[in-house]
Amino acid sequence: MFLIFCPHCREYRSEEEFHYQGEAHLVRPQDPRSCSDEEWGNYLYFRTNPRGLHREMWSHSMGCGRFFNVVRNTETYEIKSTYLLEENSKDQKSKEIKSGNRTT
Amino acid sequence: MQRFSGFGLIGQALGYQEKWHRMWRNPSPKSAYDVVIVGGGGHGLATAYYLANNFGVKKVAVLEKGFIGGGNTGRNTTIVRSNYLWDAAAKLYEHALQLWEGLSQELNYNVMFSQRGVLNLGHTLQDMRDIQRRVSANYLNGIDGEVLSTEEVQAKVPMMDCSSSRRYPVLGASWQPRAGVARHDAVAWGFARGADSLGVDIIQDCEVIGFEISSGKITGVNTRQFGTIGAERVGCVTAGNSGVMASYAGLQLPIESHPLQALVSEPIKPILDTVVMSNQVHGYVSQSDKGDLVIGAGIDSYNGYGQRGSFPTIEHTIEAIVELFPSFSRIPMNRQWGGIVDVCPDACPIISKTAIENLYFNCGWGTGGFKATPGSGHVFASSLAGKDMDPIAAPFSIDRFYTGALIDEHGAAGVAH
Repeated sequence: MFLIFCPHCREYRSEEEFHYQGEAHLVRPQDPRSCSDEEWGNYLYFRTNPRGLHREMWSHSMGCGRFFNVVRNTETYEIKSTYLLEENSKDQKSKEIKSGNRTT
Repeated sequence: MQRFSGFGLIGQALGYQEKWHRMWRNPSPKSAYDVVIVGGGGHGLATAYYLANNFGVKKVAVLEKGFIGGGNTGRNTTIVRSNYLWDAAAKLYEHALQLWEGLSQELNYNVMFSQRGVLNLGHTLQDMRDIQRRVSANYLNGIDGEVLSTEEVQAKVPMMDCSSSRRYPVLGASWQPRAGVARHDAVAWGFARGADSLGVDIIQDCEVIGFEISSGKITGVNTRQFGTIGAERVGCVTAGNSGVMASYAGLQLPIESHPLQALVSEPIKPILDTVVMSNQVHGYVSQSDKGDLVIGAGIDSYNGYGQRGSFPTIEHTIEAIVELFPSFSRIPMNRQWGGIVDVCPDACPIISKTAIENLYFNCGWGTGGFKATPGSGHVFASSLAGKDMDPIAAPFSIDRFYTGALIDEHGAAGVAH
C-alpha cells in the first residue's frame, strides 16, 4: 500500500486516491504525419519497463484531479520522490524517440 | 526415464517407496548448445521438450535463475480455455488446448487436466451481444461454445446468485465445455521430466546476465554462475523479466511488467465444479481438487517486479467474487501471492525473431499465459528449429506494433485480462 505525496495538495494520501498513468516524459512527436511507422510505433507502444528506478506519471484522481510525476523503485516499490510535471523537465532526460532501438 | 504406471505404483508400494528415481538430472552446463532456452517456466520447458521430441534438436539447455516452475507457472490460477475472438489468437490457444487434451499421456505424467468447462458471464446487454459475437467467431474457428441463459447458468452453478435484483445481474454466459483447469506445478515437472529424458540439460540456479553478440548475431549467453555458454540460437521465455533480458541485447519491447495477484481460501467441501469468470465485475473463481477456492482478478495498475501486490487490488478482487457468490463472504482466505506478468498493449503475446540474428523472444503473455503452455512451447520450438516462424506464431511478430496489425484481444476475449 503506497502513501503518495501529492505535490499539488502537499499531503501524503493513500494509494486508492490515485491512478497510475504510465511512464513519464514520453514526448509525442511534433509532427505525427512525418513520422515513420517505426518512430510512431516506438512512441505508442515501446516502453523502458526498467527493473529499478522508474519515472512514472500518476494522477490524484480522487483528490485534486491533477497529474504529477513519481520516481519509484519497481523492485522494492519504494517511492523516492514526487514532483510537478513542469519541474525538473529540463534535467530529466526527456525520452527521445529513438529509432534503431528496436527488435524486428 | 522411469515410466509411471499403475503396476509401477503397486511395485513401489511393496518396495517401501524407496526405488523412485529423480525425475530429472542436475547437470553442469556443456560449453555450447544448439539451442539455449532462457527461463525454466512451463513455456521454456515445453519449448525444450518439443524441440527434442518433435523437431530432433537434441543439444538443448534450459537455463533457470531460480528453480523450475518457481515463477508464474507456480503462481497462476490454472485456467485453460481457447474461446478467443480473433482468428490468430483463437488458433494459437486452440492449438494449445488440443495439446492439453493428450498431454498427460504424451508426457506419461498426470497434469490433472480437468475439462470442467468455463463460464464467461455477461451482466449487461452489451456483454451478451459481445458473448454472442465471440461464440459465433469461435464456431467459425472450430472451437466449441454455447451461449447460456440465466436459468442455464443458474443450473450449472447453483451457488451463484443469479437473481435479477443484483446490482450486476447475470444475464447469461458463454460456456466452453472443453475448457477447464490443470495442475500448474505438474505441467512444469512433466515437461522437465520429458525434456530431461530426451537429453535436454535443465540447469537451475543459473542466471543469464548478458548475451554474446558478434556482428549482429548471437553466439552465446553470459551466466552469473557458469560464465559464457555458447549457443547457435537463443530463445528467451522469461515472462515478467523479458524487458530486462531485452535490455541485455540492447533491445526494447512493447511490454510493461505488472504484479498480478491470486489468492486461495481454506479448503471447503465441493461447492463449484466449473470455472466462473466475469469481465464486468472483474474476477474469476474455481475450486481446486483440494477444495480451496482459487480466486484471481486484474493486475495491479503500476509497473513492478516485486512478486507481490497491493491490498486495494485484493479488496477489489474479493468484492467481485462476493458480488457473484454472496455466500463466499464468510470463507477465510488462506494464502495470497503475486507474480510478474508481461503485459502487451494488445494483450497478445510476442513470439518473434529480433533484430539480433538467432535471438528469439516468446513473451508478452500477460495475464493469460498458463493456458497456452504446450501450444506456446510447440510453436516456439517449431520456430527455433526451422528457418521461418511457425505459421501459428507468425501473426504474433513484434513487427505488428509498427505495421498496426494488432490482435486486439483486450476486452474482446470476454476475459479478465
